[in-house]
Amino acid sequence: MTAPAEQFEKGPGADGAGTAGRPVLEMRGISKSFPGVRALSDVNLTVHAGEIHAICGENGAGKSTLVKVLSGVHPHGSYEGEILFGGEPCAFKDIRASEQRGIVIIHQELALIPYLSLAENIFLGNEHSKRGIISWSETLRRADTLLKRVGLPDKPQTRIADIGVGKQQLVEIAKALSKEVELLILDEPTAALNDEDSRKLLELIGELRAQGIACIVISHKLNEIRQIADSVTILRDGRTIETLSVRERPGDEPEISEDRIIRGMVGRDLDQRFPPRTGYEGEDAGTVALSVSDWTVRHPIDHQRKVVDGVSLQVRRGEIVGIAGLMGAGRTELAMNLFGRSYGLYERGTVRVDGRAVQTRTVPEAIGHGIAYVTEDRKTYGLNLIEDINRNISLASLSGLARRGVVDEHAERRVAEGYLRSMNIKAPNVHEQVQRLSGGNQQKVVLSKWIHADPEVLILDEPTRGIDVGAKYEIYTVIDKLAAQGKAVVFISSELPELLGMCDRIYTMAAGRLTGEVSREDATQEVLMRHMTETLDTGAGTGTATGTDTSPGTTSGDTGASSTSSSDTSSEDRAGTSPGSTSTFDSSTSGTSDKS
Amino acid sequence: MTTPTQTRDRSGDGPGRPNEQQEPGRSRAGALLLETVRNNMRQYGMLVALALIVVLFQIWTDGSLLLPNNVSNIVQQNSYILILAMGMMMVIIAGHIDLSVGSLAAFVGAAAAVMMVRHDMPWVLALVLSLLIGAAAGAWQGFWIAYVGIPSFIVTLAGMLLFRGGTQILLEGQSIAPFPRGFQEIAQGFIPEMGPYTQYHNPTLLIGLVVIAFVLFQEWRDRRRQLAYELEVLPFNLWLLKCVAIVAAVVAFTLTLASYHGVPVVLLIMCVLLIGLGFVMRNAVVGRHVYALGGNKAAAKLSGVKDKRVTFLVFVNMGVLAALAGCVYAARLNAGTPQAGINFELEAIAAAFIGGASMSGGVGTVLGAVIGGLVLGVLNNGMSLVGIGTDYQQVIKGLVLLAAVGFDVWNKRKVGS
Repeated sequence: MTAPAEQFEKGPGADGAGTAGRPVLEMRGISKSFPGVRALSDVNLTVHAGEIHAICGENGAGKSTLVKVLSGVHPHGSYEGEILFGGEPCAFKDIRASEQRGIVIIHQELALIPYLSLAENIFLGNEHSKRGIISWSETLRRADTLLKRVGLPDKPQTRIADIGVGKQQLVEIAKALSKEVELLILDEPTAALNDEDSRKLLELIGELRAQGIACIVISHKLNEIRQIADSVTILRDGRTIETLSVRERPGDEPEISEDRIIRGMVGRDLDQRFPPRTGYEGEDAGTVALSVSDWTVRHPIDHQRKVVDGVSLQVRRGEIVGIAGLMGAGRTELAMNLFGRSYGLYERGTVRVDGRAVQTRTVPEAIGHGIAYVTEDRKTYGLNLIEDINRNISLASLSGLARRGVVDEHAERRVAEGYLRSMNIKAPNVHEQVQRLSGGNQQKVVLSKWIHADPEVLILDEPTRGIDVGAKYEIYTVIDKLAAQGKAVVFISSELPELLGMCDRIYTMAAGRLTGEVSREDATQEVLMRHMTETLDTGAGTGTATGTDTSPGTTSGDTGASSTSSSDTSSEDRAGTSPGSTSTFDSSTSGTSDKS
Repeated sequence: MTTPTQTRDRSGDGPGRPNEQQEPGRSRAGALLLETVRNNMRQYGMLVALALIVVLFQIWTDGSLLLPNNVSNIVQQNSYILILAMGMMMVIIAGHIDLSVGSLAAFVGAAAAVMMVRHDMPWVLALVLSLLIGAAAGAWQGFWIAYVGIPSFIVTLAGMLLFRGGTQILLEGQSIAPFPRGFQEIAQGFIPEMGPYTQYHNPTLLIGLVVIAFVLFQEWRDRRRQLAYELEVLPFNLWLLKCVAIVAAVVAFTLTLASYHGVPVVLLIMCVLLIGLGFVMRNAVVGRHVYALGGNKAAAKLSGVKDKRVTFLVFVNMGVLAALAGCVYAARLNAGTPQAGINFELEAIAAAFIGGASMSGGVGTVLGAVIGGLVLGVLNNGMSLVGIGTDYQQVIKGLVLLAAVGFDVWNKRKVGS
């Protein structure tokens, strides 16, 4: 297995990375659009036989969409460009078709049936049967062989629900092997795993390579990519940026630094302005409105896992504070647990609003203390789609619009009409059903709802996801206006340019911990990305294995130390690229619904 | 007539005289009307369907359907189903279902019978206690559904068996009768005649007048306030037409009732419930929360809706209404029987769905449930009058339910595409 001899870069449009090694997969000029959004444009990807090929990119860069095109989730005809597998052109009409050719995708959310056995899951849809009657001896025997191959000691009769996520991931791989896989695609395989399980999984992937199975791994974890990948393709804004060689042959030391990958992921054209920040002039400007300390949350089902681990942060009046982090960093989990413990199991932590320690055990309590949370997924958690604009806006502040439990409908309608105008919501009237509105207008309705609740602290979770550029600008303007009125704004976003363009300060999170705090002046995309991809390499397996690593020293010490060190190293990088904080970004970034 | 392009062009005019509203063009008025109709398609559709069914049977029965005594009869015959349907509508809007209402109605009827006949309790006290039993039963089910998290289908299926069994235990398998006169009047009685002899029942005429005055006042006040808040309103002509239509309907209904024994007591009860529950669902905070929960539970919770308490209250309300329906049914039969209330839950659920409820919750009105219930009720009555057997009646009712919901699904798909 020879890999490309030298590390080199290519612009979009160039084909595969290597010279030697038979290409097993070539995707040429792939373009894919969703209504209103161009998710992929002219993407090229070449994977060689027996290679582990990583795909990197920010959230929304188009990674998942690309993989869905490849596996037939987006059928042939719904995209442009061509796919060659083993030298032959392919036109998959569904997943089944691609699996028959030996391309198997394992999604981040595992597709296993919890109350069926391992054997039944492995052969689901592909059962060993004679005239519709399952042959159990054959099924169990084959399953046993496959489970041994992936290194699972469990019996084939065990139920999926009785084994952990790490093992379930291995079952998925066994299932793929049962289909005589030639190209295995793993979407964020280690996102939900602890360090020990991650290590095992990566080892297994390495073994599969030795057996001649090519592998595409989508991952945010750059250290893992350096650990196992042979080459890496970087996507950004739906385009292929470059394909880099990581190592010449398996087992070699990686030839490429994480910084090099980060540079590819974030360097972008900046051409969209942000509104100028107004600033807050009130008497209490600069006083701390929200102060969270040592907030720790465990996963609602897997109690061993800490999804938020000892996070402390402060937000002042009139300040917009960003929280950056990749998928699974724990940003949404933090926000939702803070807001009435709507997600996960609260373990410890205190929250103060305007210096007073308050309890936020339920949502009404949190709202009562002046906290508002604008959810990440507005359709599932933010809106009642079958109701009209009017009633969606009033929902969080109904008691304010009511006298003795009776809603003043006219006042309510007047409020809604007010927001229709001030937020520039494009709808014929306030009685339009929310599901008929575009994403941007829906988001304005959600914002209106919370603005009318008149909170002191607003937590905005991905407020511009999936909406077009014009509407984004309007939403930035609203956010700025809120800060100018003295509200404390927490801005969670996966799009670094908008954090750089809007925030006074940015915290970064990775794997549930706060990994850095960067001021507006010091912030660049490179600095942030470095913090966001920071994982604790030291003492890996031990922490999660025992499940009780309170170790206060390491948490705070680590973050402090690393944040200084990394901002030092990346100051060089910054010199090279344009300072991202000058506030602009490319339009095609978002909305590709790239995995959530 | 020229059409003003903007809808907010009267913002400068200040609140004022209705005749300013004649200005907006016909096309806008039409669009507004069309939109109102489209948004309430199922309900309007069912109102039209109800009217058609009435006309059909009126012709088919040579006019006996709308004879004053038959109109009274229809009201009394369907009262308990309509009462159940109103509560069921609220349960379905909240995203749940209640299969136990028929059994619960039987249980409460039996309890009332035991109290009044075996223990010689005054009927008013027995009625109050019966309603409290209903509330307790509703609280029992609401507790398991809201606070423990058992699906309502299961809890109320258990309740269906539980209360049916309880009924048989209470009655020891026998019917208990008769009831005091006053209790019977709940279902069979009319408002007493007063005043000088006219051709009509005097208090009924008075009630009709009060209703007309109230409705007109309400319409007028609503319109005035909408204008004061510079909100969009129906054009004056259409508004006038609407008022005239409402008045005509009330007058016709009043005269029909007034030429027989007048307003049935149970009609008065139903009207109070319809207005009260309709008001709660439309204007009270808790009613809004019910819609929000059914529409998107996750979003409602994150907006501060106390989902558990609201769900609990919905089931307590259903329990009280089931108890009331049980008393009305017992009073109508003048007996507490173990067989009471069988299939009532199915009739109530059918009425709610015909009247515009959605399987996934969040949609529907109390008035819709009443219209749905009346569609079924008039069908029942009309088919009996023309001599269609109960076997075919069931077939036809089944098809009507399927057609009503099918039409709605089809209509939504058409709008969506």
